Amino acid sequence: MNETSPAPVAQAPAPRKTPAAAGGGAPRPVTGAPPPLGQRLAELLQRQGVLAVLLTVVIVASFIYPTFATLDNARGVTVQASFLAVVALGMTMVIITGGIDLSVGSVFALGGVLAAWASQWGFLAALFVPLVVCGAIGLLNGFLVARAGMAPFIVTLATLLGARGILLAFTDEGATTYLVPKGSAFAELGQGSVRGFGYPILIALVLFGIGGLVLQRTSFGQTLFAVGGSSDAATLMGLPVARTKVLVYALSGLLAGLAGALNAARLSSGVTIVGVGMELDAISAVVIGGTLLIGGAGSISGTLWGVLLLAVIQNLINQIGSLNSSYQSVVSGGFLIVVVVAQRYLARSRRTT
Amino acid sequence: MTQATLSTPAARPLARLRDPAWYQEYGVYLAVAVVLLFNALFTEHFMTADNLRTQLVQVAPIVIVALGMALVIGTEGVDLSVGSTMAVAAALLPLYLGYGLVPALVMALLAGALVGAVNGTLVSLVGLQPIVATLALFVGGRGLALVMADGQLKQIVNPDLLSLGTGSFLGIPLVVLIAAVLAVAVAFLVQRTTFGRQVVAIGGNRSAASLAGLPVRRVLIGVYMLCGVLAALAGILATARLTASDPSSLGTLMELSAITAVVVGGTPLNGGSIRVLGTVAGALLMQLLRATLVKHDLPDSTAQIAQAAIIIAAVYVARERRSR
Repeated sequence: MNETSPAPVAQAPAPRKTPAAAGGGAPRPVTGAPPPLGQRLAELLQRQGVLAVLLTVVIVASFIYPTFATLDNARGVTVQASFLAVVALGMTMVIITGGIDLSVGSVFALGGVLAAWASQWGFLAALFVPLVVCGAIGLLNGFLVARAGMAPFIVTLATLLGARGILLAFTDEGATTYLVPKGSAFAELGQGSVRGFGYPILIALVLFGIGGLVLQRTSFGQTLFAVGGSSDAATLMGLPVARTKVLVYALSGLLAGLAGALNAARLSSGVTIVGVGMELDAISAVVIGGTLLIGGAGSISGTLWGVLLLAVIQNLINQIGSLNSSYQSVVSGGFLIVVVVAQRYLARSRRTT
Repeated sequence: MTQATLSTPAARPLARLRDPAWYQEYGVYLAVAVVLLFNALFTEHFMTADNLRTQLVQVAPIVIVALGMALVIGTEGVDLSVGSTMAVAAALLPLYLGYGLVPALVMALLAGALVGAVNGTLVSLVGLQPIVATLALFVGGRGLALVMADGQLKQIVNPDLLSLGTGSFLGIPLVVLIAAVLAVAVAFLVQRTTFGRQVVAIGGNRSAASLAGLPVRRVLIGVYMLCGVLAALAGILATARLTASDPSSLGTLMELSAITAVVVGGTPLNGGSIRVLGTVAGALLMQLLRATLVKHDLPDSTAQIAQAAIIIAAVYVARERRSR
């Protein structure tokens, strides 16, 4: 329905991602009758529920806190969110294949420090060095998961420790801080803006656009869903399962490194203490965005709304000056529970109707 | 786990050393022995009673948390919320110490049970994946702890509580004694009780266990509650040793340490088997390794990279065995 690709592979593996919502000419359902309203509603809620929650929160907050609905605040919220968004984009792909990448927080920090260090040799070096190193770490994750058949959770837990170790060694146990030269093109990449919206935001948006296209319009994207749906079935269909997994982890490392580099450009320095716990923020955003942790179903746009929802919650708690910032994690945790439980029941009601 | 010993008769003990399964079974103990031997030969002031006692005291809270984690991992689950649970228990202590030591301890342990009950319910009744179910309290739990403590570190002055952290019995620090007793109790639970068998059965094949009529949901909730209580206890002991309740940093990264100990100890992440003694040895190995590197003036970074390598190696050995 979305492309004319004759490969049966491209359609079969995406049961939840390509629903009958594409109008009358839906090719897949054999039963002619449209699904009952309740089922369609549940499906819509499951796919777009986060967006609905996000819009509700934003609208309500705009009425209550006049300072919330200002352009300045929107810029602040989005620029903070853009780094997490880039990391969460890679995480979404990994999770769709049924894996998980716990190393992204450390890789983010490592990418930032490497970028700041390399920026003394110019713009290209500042981007190239972190991307190569972080991509290599991702590649290592991918090989250990896909070729050696080790559990993603534990492999990436080990690289979480390992990448922090490399980071510490590289900065003399955190004693050295590398600075991005002022006014350099690389600093501009982090600090420059179009109408006040910083380049990191634009980069994140472009990446999400590309990610969405790759996921829905390419056979690589469809393979991700197939691998996540059933790795064995995908193998039997002749899909390059191992290669896909390796690529996905490499991409995740690459994106985490890029996000770290952008963050370093924005801060003008490579800071060693950033990114701690970022993997769990990214996973939260992905899960809130409707991607299933068991793999096989999910969406890039959902992740974007999930990241924004977390950012808006944080911003709101800052707006309510009387609350201390610890409420932020309480609210985020609460949201996470509500969303995943709701998802669970929506999925269940859909299956039983 | 009882291996058929047809190919390894007692007459040829060295043949065992070529069997990968042997390393998965005993590799972690071998590694601990190697580290100790290395230190006996090359590290000054390492094999002294004082230093060893320090190492044991430091590893005790990790062991206690890892025991609960081993049970959870045995059910093919994982509990990311243990560090936050420690913080919640620590935050509750100063709030209730005014009523006496026992009420404070009871409240802290109850909080751990409550956290575990929530996790267990989400996993078993709602059917969430353990990572997601426990992620919510990982994120929210520390926030709750900070809210309860007003975001502040509080000095502990109650002498009874402090003696829990610093006291000793027959020369053995109390925390070490408690950890040892708990390890024995959990080993007994796993190997000798119906509950323990049910835990392992559920981890091995949940639907088969369910079809066989095991009370899957009850057992799962029980396992997560045990894990929560053990984490809370570790939080109490750590607080007593620090002489202050510090909900902002207590227990950070504890989930990783505990999972590492369990996995290095030979418990497979996909459930169905629990190595209690291996878990203790796994925690000990990581602790001794870190201490060894520190004593040789190697920086933290090297310790972390070494840790990563050991985790990978341990899992690689485990994988070798499973694929046979």
